[in-house]
Amino acid sequence: MFHSSKALIRNPRLALAAGIGVAVLLQLGGGWIDPYTTQVVLFAAINVILAVSLNLVMGETGQFSLCHAAFMAVGAYTSALLTGKALPTLLPHLSWTGSSWASQVFFLPVLLVGGSVAALAGLIVGGPSLRLRGDYLAMVTLGFGEIIRVLLQNANFVGGARGMEGILPATNLFWAVGFAVLTVYTMIALVRSTYGRGFQAVRDDEIAAAAMGIDTTRVKVTAFVIGAFFAGVAGGLYAHAVEFISPEGFNFLRSFEIIVMVILGGLGRPVGVAIAAILITLLNEWLRDLSQYRMVVYALIIILFMILRPAETLRPLLSRVLPGRKPAAS
Amino acid sequence: MTSAGTPLLEARNCSLRFGGIAALTDVSLRIDAGELVGLIGPNGAGKTSLFNILTGVYRPTEGEILLEGRPVTGLAPHRINRFGVARTFQNIRLFGSLDVRMNVRTSFIARLRGGLLEVVRRGKTFRSEEREIQEEGRRLLAYFGLEEASILPSRSLPYGDQRRLEIVRALATRPRLLLLDEPAAGMNPTEKEELKQLIARIRAEFSTAILLVEHDMKVVMGICERLVVLDRGALLATGTPAEVRADPKVIAAYLGEEHGEEES
Ligand SMILES: Nc1ncnc2c1ncn2[C@@H]1O[C@H](COP(=O)(O)OP(=O)(O)OP(=O)(O)O)[C@@H](O)[C@H]1O
Ligand SMILES: [Mg+2]
Repeated sequence: MFHSSKALIRNPRLALAAGIGVAVLLQLGGGWIDPYTTQVVLFAAINVILAVSLNLVMGETGQFSLCHAAFMAVGAYTSALLTGKALPTLLPHLSWTGSSWASQVFFLPVLLVGGSVAALAGLIVGGPSLRLRGDYLAMVTLGFGEIIRVLLQNANFVGGARGMEGILPATNLFWAVGFAVLTVYTMIALVRSTYGRGFQAVRDDEIAAAAMGIDTTRVKVTAFVIGAFFAGVAGGLYAHAVEFISPEGFNFLRSFEIIVMVILGGLGRPVGVAIAAILITLLNEWLRDLSQYRMVVYALIIILFMILRPAETLRPLLSRVLPGRKPAAS
Repeated sequence: MTSAGTPLLEARNCSLRFGGIAALTDVSLRIDAGELVGLIGPNGAGKTSLFNILTGVYRPTEGEILLEGRPVTGLAPHRINRFGVARTFQNIRLFGSLDVRMNVRTSFIARLRGGLLEVVRRGKTFRSEEREIQEEGRRLLAYFGLEEASILPSRSLPYGDQRRLEIVRALATRPRLLLLDEPAAGMNPTEKEELKQLIARIRAEFSTAILLVEHDMKVVMGICERLVVLDRGALLATGTPAEVRADPKVIAAYLGEEHGEEES
């Protein structure tokens, strides 16, 4: 058992296959799971995608982005337009219900297009501002988040401030868990490579990184665009899970929530960030009736976290349990 | 590869101003392939500023920089590194969250052949490339006696080892010109002696020219064949160590300084 888990960590492609296998099993054999639990799992998976992708930008590359929810919105609206308007118009003779084969088959390209449009938005926002050193990115992303929200509120063809209703319920355990696994895999595979050390080098010292031949602007833009892509996919999954989206669902508070997950997960630790995303999802369920206090709770958690630094105390314990990463000494 | 007459590096009449402060004024310099040149001058003379314009950190306010005859003035630092110029920093700039091994590995990023998808796919190109990089990194660390430290966090190394690691990291980019900014600062006499030997070995093994900023005259005079002296941003003298030591202008500049402070 221990050996097989070691093999999973050594060989990330095996871990990916195992994770996708779990997603398939959940979908096929998960009939006994009640709808509420299913929804919580979907939300957890979507939050994992959001947090782990923002971690590439914030945790690994050290760029403070405040508009992850806006990229999510771009993916959500793009994919909802595709499944709600474009596809039924282009292929009217097919059946377009959530579980129909047509919607399931077309859901993958729809999600990828949503992610790509979000990635393009990421390139437009990040391209110019990441060229500059300093905190321009925080301001530009804050502005972009607001622009997207206001544009959506005033775009009548997507329902304006009321939002879009009746979105195809195409998201299921397979797609959500599958994409969560794929995202975590991609991030770990990226970071654990010579190429991926470039993100961390840029975060640690941009001047030194450039002096070693690393195109730091390119590295930052790459991280930002990849992050936006996965946020867009998460947006597509979200839209087709809750069947209703509105501009307010992707406001700054949503971005802040994702930032909290990344910080709690220990900035730059994909697995920790994924765990934090799941915990925050559960916390949100418990706090459902107290949602107006959510921000206060997050703030308190972060303050407690800064004081207690659980990661520092847990890491030596975890490194003994988890294979793969050796402790520094020896 | 330098044809006779074309120097490896040439700076022509370079000036660098920060608002009212003139960090460099009309500095010209040439370095031939394989040369070991010492760059000296009192504190604030402009030595680090010269490194910064040679490596693209700052664009010279005036003047031109040529590498093997090609103008590189104002190119981004990573482009200049790809032309074969690598450096270390006066205030050590290692990647603090990366271990020793990974610090060296970053120097291979610019030469990677496989793209992003290849990395995520973990394909054949990726795996063979990673193996080569690991191997070359290991050889470099071993050559400089740092293999024992390879999985330690770079910040945990003793000061002298951190300076050595910066040199290894710079060499891993395969430079033809290596700029060392006070590599002996903070080293004890034994470490300084080792550093002198190390620099000699680098020249022999890596066929790179070196421009060395160093305050310790014993280090500079002992190993450099040519010295360049800066004072208040301007070129004061250049020549062999013996010529420079006998130059009255240099003596005056250094005497003025030594009244103020004693070199550590
Ligand atoms: N980024 C900067 N902004 C403003 N002034 C600067 C900057 N960099 C250097 N200077 C100024 O330029 C002058 C030369 O500094 P420089 O660091 O190049 O000297 P140095 O010869 O390396 O000195 P040291 O021996 O102390 O390292 C100094 O007066 C310094 O204050
Ligand atoms: Mg200096």
